[in-house]
Amino acid sequence: MCLGVPGRIIEIYEHEGLRKCKVDFGGVVREACLDFVPQAEVGDYAVIHVGFAISLVSQQEAQETLNLLRQIASVEQELGAQPSGEVRP
Amino acid sequence: MRFVDEFRDPDLARATLAEIRKTVTRPWVLMEICGGQTHSIMRYGLEQLLPREVELVHGPGCPVCVTPLEQIDKALEIASRPEVIFASYGDMLRVPGSGMDLFSVRAAGGDVRVVYSPLDAVRLAQQHTDREVVFFAIGFETTAPANAMAVEHAKELGLENFSVLVSHARVPPAMHAILRSPDCRVQGFLAAGHVCAVMGYWEYRPVAEQYHVPIVVTGFEPIDILQGILMAVRQLEGGRAEVENAYPRAVVEGGNEPAQEMIDRVFMVCDRKWRGIGNIPSSGWCLRPEYARYDAELRFAVSGIAPQESELCLSGAILQGLKKPPDCPAFGRECTPEAPQGATMVSSEGACAAYYRYGLSERATASPQ
Repeated sequence: MCLGVPGRIIEIYEHEGLRKCKVDFGGVVREACLDFVPQAEVGDYAVIHVGFAISLVSQQEAQETLNLLRQIASVEQELGAQPSGEVRP
Repeated sequence: MRFVDEFRDPDLARATLAEIRKTVTRPWVLMEICGGQTHSIMRYGLEQLLPREVELVHGPGCPVCVTPLEQIDKALEIASRPEVIFASYGDMLRVPGSGMDLFSVRAAGGDVRVVYSPLDAVRLAQQHTDREVVFFAIGFETTAPANAMAVEHAKELGLENFSVLVSHARVPPAMHAILRSPDCRVQGFLAAGHVCAVMGYWEYRPVAEQYHVPIVVTGFEPIDILQGILMAVRQLEGGRAEVENAYPRAVVEGGNEPAQEMIDRVFMVCDRKWRGIGNIPSSGWCLRPEYARYDAELRFAVSGIAPQESELCLSGAILQGLKKPPDCPAFGRECTPEAPQGATMVSSEGACAAYYRYGLSERATASPQ
């Protein structure tokens, strides 16, 4: 129930007074309600829970988080750190 | 998939793990609140990759797990009525009540249907005006706006045959309950990212301050979790106890205001019993009096429920982070996902089910005695 992954909004429409959309989760398309994210537009990525978008994913924030971690990674590399352990799968 | 693959990058995971190793100087116990995070931790084997100083204990954030037995027994009673179509999220169907589960009710002729969204249950009520459609409105802050919207939508559509059996839980009061326990070992929290997407994280500042625990809003991908752990460990090593956001791509401090407004319109805060833990003051939501006509408990007057828990199950201690699944003598023996004795084995988000699925039954992963 709480394993929401972000999906891409591919179509927006009205149904019975609710703002609905089609969301593409890497090929699987589901319907979701957009009433809690009225600013959503086609092309946005949204976190969907039980058929409702609860948050739009900020591309800028995602990039900043990744940049921060990549900085750590490059410092690790420069220091020649040899972290053990593998990440699976 | 975008915003997923980047946050599963093995090189970034290794670098973040190396940074955690470099930062940590002594043992720390962190609790991830959400069952979805527990699932990710097990799936990617993160516990085994962390330095031994960092111990993760698994929190109560599994909605199926904490739904109290009497609510499940009420669901079973309502679902058995011939006039009722009982609609539920799929993972509630196998949850054992005192005697049976919703699957057995269905096998015995009850009309139990799995829905993906509460709006699907509203649609059932539109399609079957001669039947009573009851939706099992369970979950945390993540499902509350959706469940509230379903009630509001049914009201707007003028549906007389729709009602909800509510069992909603709120995270912050549970954190208070865990931190107040004299046995509490938790020194820092990874807060549940999607709960915070709805509610924001302003509610956590007084908790961090009162108990001097770092709280880091954390997402669900392996990189998110490792980053949450790194930020919590940095705080602990530096003697800080602040609320930080490691999931800014989906969470802002104020949360989702339209969603919060919908919750407030339909629900009000109430005391709530948590399965395995007991009553936690102000830890739930129930329908406001204006929406009482949509309350299935009033509509069907279910009473005389005397729930009986399994005597073997340790799920209460597991949900509070006091025990881990392998500590339970029934784990993997009398209790398996096929024959669950308690809630933490039933839901895929439950800690016992996650340990069982990913083969972590060795005593090595048990909590220190």
